[in-house]
Amino acid sequence: MKLNAVDKNLLEQVADLHDTPQGAYNIRRDGEGFSRHSTENIQINVKEDKPGIDIIVKPGTKNESVHIPVLLTQDGINDLVYNTFEIGEGSDVQVVAGCGIHNDGSQESRHDGIHTIYVRKGARMRYVEKHYGEGESVGGRVLNPKTIIEIEEGATAELEMVQIKGVDSTKRDTEANLHKDANLIIVERLLTHGNQKARSDIVVNLREENSFTQITSRTVAQGDSEQIFYPRVIAYAKSRGYVECDSIIMDRAIVQSVPEITAHHAEAELTHEAAIGKIAGAQLLKLMSLGLSEQEAIEKILKGFLR
Amino acid sequence: MLELKGLSYNVSGKEKDIEIIKDVDISFDKGKLYAITGPNGSGKTSLAQLIMGIYPATKGRILFKGEDITDLDISERAKKGIGYAFQYPPRFKGLKVLDLLSLASGIEEETVARGYLRQVGLCPEDYLDRDVDPGLSGGEMKRIEIATLLAKNPEFVIYDEPDAGVDLWSFDLLLDVIRNKHKKEGITTILISHQERILSLVDEIILIVDGRIKDVGNKDKIWPVIKDVVGCQRDTLCSRRDKVETKCR
Repeated sequence: MKLNAVDKNLLEQVADLHDTPQGAYNIRRDGEGFSRHSTENIQINVKEDKPGIDIIVKPGTKNESVHIPVLLTQDGINDLVYNTFEIGEGSDVQVVAGCGIHNDGSQESRHDGIHTIYVRKGARMRYVEKHYGEGESVGGRVLNPKTIIEIEEGATAELEMVQIKGVDSTKRDTEANLHKDANLIIVERLLTHGNQKARSDIVVNLREENSFTQITSRTVAQGDSEQIFYPRVIAYAKSRGYVECDSIIMDRAIVQSVPEITAHHAEAELTHEAAIGKIAGAQLLKLMSLGLSEQEAIEKILKGFLR
Repeated sequence: MLELKGLSYNVSGKEKDIEIIKDVDISFDKGKLYAITGPNGSGKTSLAQLIMGIYPATKGRILFKGEDITDLDISERAKKGIGYAFQYPPRFKGLKVLDLLSLASGIEEETVARGYLRQVGLCPEDYLDRDVDPGLSGGEMKRIEIATLLAKNPEFVIYDEPDAGVDLWSFDLLLDVIRNKHKKEGITTILISHQERILSLVDEIILIVDGRIKDVGNKDKIWPVIKDVVGCQRDTLCSRRDKVETKCR
């Protein structure tokens, strides 16, 4: 089987890929495995008890990546997968997930990815998940990812979760448990427009000493869209956590930001900040004084904000 | 080069309109170096922003190189060759110094942007990739603001209090950069400033008081008038209100 033009465009949008990737990969299309490739250090196996795959990174694997894009090109598909990641001790890898939906039909296209990730001792994982939708459907494009991540002693995980265009409804759940000296950086970037709805719930448990998390959410809400953010950091030990939600609101959109911090330990240091506001007038004036039209200035500011 | 004819700017107040700029007539000649000065709240920044198109004129016309630009918006005026360095440059989350300089120059080459940063005394390595956000100090923001104007290279440029927030030693360097640009390329340059040193460097000083041009001339002519306006007249007015006797200093 070969990738067609629609597939290739979705792949480019969600994984910056122009064709099948180098290294380990698994491409899932319209609810089925499309093509898969394992390498010496990264093994991808199909689950036997339920839909989904196991991705096993050998301990000590360095500078390798694994791509696991999901493509939906038909309407009426309700795709549910369970993926499990085992990021071996001392390894350093990048995981490029992401889902692209092309829906020209009348029924809903939906993908719910349930990811369980184990980042083992001293490992480092960068995880990028991009969501993208296109097509003239009246049926919705729906993405509901759930990510559960366990970060062991001295390990680091960076999650970059991006949704810039075309997803009608998303409900994202992220839950993380951090052990001794573990780090978790979450960056969430989101743009909603039209009547889109997005909700993101994040719970980070700082379970052991010297764990650290930083959650940053940058979003733009346009049109009649609605966004809800509910990032929570709960510290059970001497640890540090920082939550920042920053949203630009436009038109008739609604944004609700509820960062929450809870400490169960006297030496926990937790802070949060949340801001919602329109594009600052002075920013527009400055860019216009450099010769940009008002619309060009708005686009430049939003693009930078969501970078 | 740029003429203001009967220019006024009003804003709505609680009961009636408040006149910010009142019937200003002045002509700026090509290649000259000007200073606009005056007490706080006298209308210096408002006048500059009227010229840039940030505020709309309530009355009067603005001519640039003979063309009436009163109805043009900010970006159209920028494209015609008018530039304005903000007194308080805005910060941007996610926009890098390199992005801003590339937008200003229209050239997306790092080497070009590096040159502008060096001119304003900033090491390109330390700044190109930094966001123009609250992580930069006021002084750094002012230098980057001046760098964007060097990159934009307008024929007519207004620097709004370029010395604000910049240490004295560094400001000497920035002033040299602005003056060199003016001298070598004949850029018509206006500095909004209170500094006596700047006032003694320019060809002409425009003194604005209470939204009107009070006087125009060189430093020897204007300096005593400023002293009178800021020192004596205000003291007298306050004393009258407080019913105390004062002498002019």
